[in-house]
Amino acid sequence: MLLIPCPWCGPRNQIEFTYGGDATVRRPALDAPEGEWFRYVYIRDNPMGPHDEWWTHSAGCRQWFVVSRDTRTHEILGSAAPNQTPGPTTR
Amino acid sequence: MIEKGWLGGGNTGRNTTIVRSNYHLDPNAHFYELSLKLWEKLSQALNFNVMYSARGVLNLVHSPADLDAAMRRGNAMRLNGIDAKFMTREAIARWIPNLDCSPDARFPILGGLLQPRGGTVRHDAVAWGYARAADALGVDIIQQCAVTGIRIDGGAIAGIETTQGFIAADKVGLAVAGHSGHVAAMAGLKLPIESHVLQAMVSEPVKPVLDTVVTSGAVHFYISQSDKGELVMGGDLDFYNSYAQRGNLPIIEHVVSACLALFPSFGRLKMMRMWGGIMDMTMDGSPIIGKLPVQGLYMTGGWCYGGFKATPASGYCLAHTIARDEPHPLNAAFTLERFAEGRMIDEKGAGPYAWAH
Repeated sequence: MLLIPCPWCGPRNQIEFTYGGDATVRRPALDAPEGEWFRYVYIRDNPMGPHDEWWTHSAGCRQWFVVSRDTRTHEILGSAAPNQTPGPTTR
Repeated sequence: MIEKGWLGGGNTGRNTTIVRSNYHLDPNAHFYELSLKLWEKLSQALNFNVMYSARGVLNLVHSPADLDAAMRRGNAMRLNGIDAKFMTREAIARWIPNLDCSPDARFPILGGLLQPRGGTVRHDAVAWGYARAADALGVDIIQQCAVTGIRIDGGAIAGIETTQGFIAADKVGLAVAGHSGHVAAMAGLKLPIESHVLQAMVSEPVKPVLDTVVTSGAVHFYISQSDKGELVMGGDLDFYNSYAQRGNLPIIEHVVSACLALFPSFGRLKMMRMWGGIMDMTMDGSPIIGKLPVQGLYMTGGWCYGGFKATPASGYCLAHTIARDEPHPLNAAFTLERFAEGRMIDEKGAGPYAWAH
């Protein structure tokens, strides 16, 4: 069971949350070259280790936030509001 | 053949042994149908009993929308020369008496789409049979030897670094399932792939109670009975990136509740084991089989959660691609470039979210 620390509601059971994927990708400028848009839509780092990722507290406060979690162990390293850095890893 | 662990110790030994070719889109349909045709003759081809059992794969239909989708898929399969048969609720109830087909079931069953030639194959026997046949043909199988690097010289492959030293090669094929992205990164490549964990579990062994494979997309569940008597079941991904080969309890609870909604009589069974496997989930849910942007480097991967049934066709098409340096017609659509070119093969129409397929 993942105990996910919602920055607003505190640690809650994973069944209250919905996953939103890699939080490090950044939307390119509208006039960015096609290659940049391709990488934004399809290419992911898929790291073996700390992964910054979107979660939403869908059965709670409904806020989106960023969780840093180790993909090898599922250990949660920190969480933060979308405009902040989640715990010990940087994004 | 360089293997980090031992033969059959990866996803080959962790899957739920189902084989089928009940796909809607042409590239998938023809590719997996080649695979199913190879499965049918594999015991003879390898001179090793892989225990192919054409017990049928039945997709249950629970709603009018399910019914439309099943008819559409069944018609597409038949147009592609693949066996598909619609079964009414009454016919299913006669065939599978312990399946709750009553109108007051939690998820009432309206019918089902059956692929009679689908079924199961003994997964460990597939690994051992292929290994023995490859060994007899002169393939060196080196176990307990991890690939630690890929050496590239002037845009072409030069060989691989391993824990037992460098091996020079002018052609290298990657077939590492959940670790496709990790190994491709050794060649400086980033793939449209995320690794996710998929769980499965088995009950204690019991006498024969289920002689087909039953799946339900609506409740995210599938089940079959192994020759040892265990009920083998599974459902969805855990839905977050993982390399951990183990998942979490909410999915197990989901799978078991779906099982009991469909098969109330299984409620007294004890579960014996559960485990997870790492899936290389692509952004369109279909595999990548072909040339990579390094001369002499090839891959077969991105299997999402359907790699086992593809085993014979995956090997066939990768071997063809490596030998000719061009894809076989049946894997020509499964290029890495299709994502940049907008030629997605998205069976579910789920869009570029790896865990949604």
